[in-house]
Amino acid sequence: MNRLTVVSIAVLITIALFVVVGPLLWTIPPEATDPAHALAGAGAAHPLGTDELGRDVLSRLAHGGQVTLLVGVAAMLAALVLGVVIGGFAGFYGGWADSLLMRFTDAMLAVPSFFLILVVITVIGSGPLPLILVIGGLSWMPVARVVYGETLRWKQAEFVLAARSLGTAPLRILARHILPQTIPSLVVSATLGVAYAILTESAVSYLGLGVQPPTPSWGNMLQRAQQYVFTAPVLAIYPGLAITVLVLAFNFLGDGLRDRFDPRARTGRA
Amino acid sequence: MVDDEAVGTFIARRVVVGALVVVFVSALTFFFVNLAPGGPASIMRIDVTSEQRDTLIRQMGLDRPVLQRYGEWLGGAVRGDLGTSLLTDEPVARRIGDRLPNTLLLAGTALLLSLLVGIPVGIMQALRRNGPLDHVLSVVSAVGLAIPVFWLGIVLILVFAVTLRVLPSAGVVTVGNGSPGDRLAHLVLPAFALATTILPTVVRFMRSALLEVLDAEYLRTATAKGLAHRIVVTRHALKNALIPVVSAVGALVPRLLGGTVVTEAVFGWPGMGRLALEAATGRDYTLVTGITVVTAAIAVATSILVDLIYTRLDPRVRLA
Repeated sequence: MNRLTVVSIAVLITIALFVVVGPLLWTIPPEATDPAHALAGAGAAHPLGTDELGRDVLSRLAHGGQVTLLVGVAAMLAALVLGVVIGGFAGFYGGWADSLLMRFTDAMLAVPSFFLILVVITVIGSGPLPLILVIGGLSWMPVARVVYGETLRWKQAEFVLAARSLGTAPLRILARHILPQTIPSLVVSATLGVAYAILTESAVSYLGLGVQPPTPSWGNMLQRAQQYVFTAPVLAIYPGLAITVLVLAFNFLGDGLRDRFDPRARTGRA
Repeated sequence: MVDDEAVGTFIARRVVVGALVVVFVSALTFFFVNLAPGGPASIMRIDVTSEQRDTLIRQMGLDRPVLQRYGEWLGGAVRGDLGTSLLTDEPVARRIGDRLPNTLLLAGTALLLSLLVGIPVGIMQALRRNGPLDHVLSVVSAVGLAIPVFWLGIVLILVFAVTLRVLPSAGVVTVGNGSPGDRLAHLVLPAFALATTILPTVVRFMRSALLEVLDAEYLRTATAKGLAHRIVVTRHALKNALIPVVSAVGALVPRLLGGTVVTEAVFGWPGMGRLALEAATGRDYTLVTGITVVTAAIAVATSILVDLIYTRLDPRVRLA
């Protein structure tokens, strides 16, 4: 494993500890306002200062990170399920299923999905659950492509032929023999998928259409921060930096895993 | 060279498929909006009585079957009529038309910027593979991919508009000053921020495409027959390496267009992206549907254009 991958894992563990254990140790509620001490700088009571309503920025970062990570991981899982089902069926059954599902995938890839996200939110409203569904529902296409390619490749394998000749049911062959082969690629897709989902969540929440205040998320913390960019620029720095570091770590981890799993990359290095 | 007739058939097919994609998106959006819980029938403000509500529903034609309404909408859309905005009662097509030039200017500049910067940087990295410059630029690309566009926008405003005071932070022009220089100054920060949504990917594609070509046999032949390294790279390698990059640009356009929403929000840029945000915030269904279909059409049209360039660049492309 290369050094960058190890560092990424360390960073991810640190962030996970910060958002999970942090709120247990630093017990100021993220919603508690203190107008008398609004926009305070760093100090003993508030190590990272307070926002425009006097809320503790450290506490909001920890709780907001929870929301951001939760939405990111859950949306990725939703995308993974959709992608595996669509790509797997298209590759395994071929023919009509293949044409229909893969043209559908191509069409979804050809249009700007961010606008479709806005459409869905316009209709079903905002909040963590709608965000998970809409991000997952509009980012499964790369997963489907990967699973489709792998399924096409493995369905010709001898062990699949053997299973077929033993009379194993087609669905069982797909689920028990072919899909497990795609796990390495799926791990890579999932890692990069979390990064994409986090960026999307933060963008939508920044626009005021995602996680709604007073619940903090790293995206919606930046929404108000922009108004105070002249007086309290530091408010805009922390959440943005946190998102960047988190996404960077997931991306590096994904790249590192790809180098490890992709046989082409491996021979290239040897 | 590919003969023109084949190119004509190829483009005609792409246009038909592209039109189908746009129709598909319009159907997806229209049916979702009209069938999902929370659709138009439930948006009527809470303060209306149930009789007023029924009247509104009849006025908007919401009591008729969805399929019939979609047919009418599609018929109108083909003729440039995308319905009426619920918030302002203006035609959706006019509201989009007012904002479209600003978005095209912003997105076009960002696209141009990412190609003009991304291609040379990718080439530079490939030619100095694994050198210090290559490593540094790879890290810059990775960070560029990870930075949220809106946060980069805020940081750019903080640095160039608040601290250094060299560039304006919002809008298209300063009131009372419409000079080309003023317009350009307003374009710099948003275009740069938007470009970062695809710039790192362009760099990565260019780098790996050129590396792949540089390892090819025919380049060794070119070098072996005594051609200068510079000529080998410019005449043979680059020409072939650019092909996958061009085809990748088509796939990046949807991402670029999606980025206009946040970019226009950060920089107060009066374009279609911000209009989409206003529509989503105000739950203006007809407007948000219209914008989605128009952006889908722009993305599809761009990818057809890219394919056209692609066939010109690569005579080996099979026009199937």
